[in-house]
Amino acid sequence: MAIVKTERHPDLPPPTSQTGVIGWMRENLFSSPLNIVLTLVAGYVSWVALSSLISYAFIDANFAGTTREDCTGSGACWVFIKMRFGQIMYGFYPEEERWRVDVGYVLVAIGLFFVLSDVVKDKKWPAIYLFGFVPVACYILFSGGYFGLEHVETAQWGGLFLTLVLASVSIFVSLPLGIVLALGRRSSMPVVRMICVGFIEFVRGVPLITVLFMASVMLPLFLPEGVNFDKLVRALVGMSLFASAYMAEVVRGGLQAIPKGQMEAAKSLGLGYWQAMGFIILPQALKISIPSIVNTFIGLFKDTTLVLIIGLLDLLSIVKSGTTDKEWIGMAQEGYIFVAAVFFVFCFGMSRYSIWLENKLHTGHKR
Amino acid sequence: MKKASVIAIAATATFMAGAASAATLDDVKAKGFIQCGVTTGLAGFAAPNNEGKWEGFDVDFCRAMAAAIFGDPEKVKYTPTTAKERFTALQSGEIDVLARNTTWTFSRDVNLGFEFVGVNYYDGQGFMVKKSLGVKDGLELDGARVCVQSGTTTELNLADYFNANNMKFDSVVFDTADEVREAYLKDTCDVYTTDASGLYAQRAVIANPDEHIILPNIISKEPLGPLVRHGDNQWGDIARWTLNAMIESEELNINSANVDQLKAESQNPSIQRILGVSGDLGQALGLSNDWAYNIVKMVGNYGEVFARNLGEGTPLNIARGLNAQWTKGGILYAPPLR
Repeated sequence: MAIVKTERHPDLPPPTSQTGVIGWMRENLFSSPLNIVLTLVAGYVSWVALSSLISYAFIDANFAGTTREDCTGSGACWVFIKMRFGQIMYGFYPEEERWRVDVGYVLVAIGLFFVLSDVVKDKKWPAIYLFGFVPVACYILFSGGYFGLEHVETAQWGGLFLTLVLASVSIFVSLPLGIVLALGRRSSMPVVRMICVGFIEFVRGVPLITVLFMASVMLPLFLPEGVNFDKLVRALVGMSLFASAYMAEVVRGGLQAIPKGQMEAAKSLGLGYWQAMGFIILPQALKISIPSIVNTFIGLFKDTTLVLIIGLLDLLSIVKSGTTDKEWIGMAQEGYIFVAAVFFVFCFGMSRYSIWLENKLHTGHKR
Repeated sequence: MKKASVIAIAATATFMAGAASAATLDDVKAKGFIQCGVTTGLAGFAAPNNEGKWEGFDVDFCRAMAAAIFGDPEKVKYTPTTAKERFTALQSGEIDVLARNTTWTFSRDVNLGFEFVGVNYYDGQGFMVKKSLGVKDGLELDGARVCVQSGTTTELNLADYFNANNMKFDSVVFDTADEVREAYLKDTCDVYTTDASGLYAQRAVIANPDEHIILPNIISKEPLGPLVRHGDNQWGDIARWTLNAMIESEELNINSANVDQLKAESQNPSIQRILGVSGDLGQALGLSNDWAYNIVKMVGNYGEVFARNLGEGTPLNIARGLNAQWTKGGILYAPPLR
């Protein structure tokens, strides 16, 4: 007669008060009297703020109609955004040509998908496509003048399209140029080092607004009359150089974090400078720089709005111009909220991608 | 310090640019359009409409020039310029004419090397008050709290005006025009002061515009006008007389509706001259003789342009005031076209 139980009692599930939503709330929100008070206060504040925002932006808002007279509700007048949506997205790009911009977006999206995602392991062809073919194709598509496409002057580019052009060109240029500058700054060749240090320190020593202002206002004065670079090109050059200097310092931070032994080990294996850099040092350095690189990209993306001061009508400034149309005076709130939402979507997307990339490349060094 | 050196360089460059005077009219005719500098957006003066077409009072001046030169007001390309880069754009030849609510001052005309071709809008600092306050004149504002935007000449003009009239005031200073408006609406102050055209624009935004009045007192001079580069007098003449033709045709009661009839029937020598029926004013400018006819027919006279963009019936609802014809109590006075 066995009174001692021989087999183990099966594991019971944790008590319901410890799991699920209730358990999480007990642990995180209501674990002590102080936390209970803080939770209630924070909850009240966010309820007050969110409920008025939601009723402003959705419940009391006006969506139907075509003029400001149709905005009878007390909330936001999204009719303004609706009526000018095409202009906010493409600027003054001729309406019948806007498909070209969309085709360009699709080409870039395909390239980004294959380069950034995990679908294809060998990135050689996607990279050649994205960095070789796409820029040329986009230039031909956007600007026109070839293959029977009507020429569209850059003065007609605007809105979100212009913002994306500014951001992607500066990002595409600044990463490789930044890497080169960072390597140059750590080079043992004095002339190369001095040039790189000089460039980086000079550009970092002035605000972006000054660089843009110089490019737009001072440069034309030094050129002979009648010689004019395109205003957009001037802004692009200014922004790309500016971003490169920052990128160089970000990459240099990554390079400095790699122990000297890595380079020495590479050399003892018989690798030359470029091989050692390309196979050993840079992959590690860039990996640990990902958060800062993306940080710089996000900053750069938002900095594109500074072209406002040189009269380029990007996403923000085209909305601002729209609010001065006498039919729409005073729509600034709606405009700014919309612009903020668009920027948030892009910046949040970049941020999530960088977190995904970090986890993918995670090799156990992370603490 | 930095600003001063920038201005010095800009001025030097201007002299170089001024020396090299090309025939702008030939260039414009060759490329087939006028490149016109406008603001990046100012209610009633220049702003893109829903379809992306630029519209406004300054824009219509550019269209009038295109009508005079090409007989087609659409042959204009617009360059939106900011307050800071507008002068460089004109100096460097990026634009042919700047119509950007720019105040005509000595230093801009002389030091920067521009040619103001006239005044198309007499602006000046004014006051807006709530009707409930019962104030009808600026001199009744003793002891008022005045909302004003910081860092502008507006502040200085305000102090000058009150001191000169032995009145006391409290200024409440804000950074942006929107903040000033909100403060004014929340009764942080009794009076809102800025340039009169700006007051009208702000009043259009307010929920009940009829409860606010803009006092008749104008306490500073802000003559706004289009300008061209020094050194090309023919081009300057075309711009000047385009403006004058618009003003003169209003005085002669020629408008876009009756211009055809007047051209065919009128016996008035002034009307015949301006519409090119007699004389050859257009040829003297290097244009065709129906230049002013085209302006009035395609764009309208000064009064029509004002009414369409700024006047009663638009949300801005600006009274003509100083900008009325000299025969109607204003100071708009075009030299005779003969």
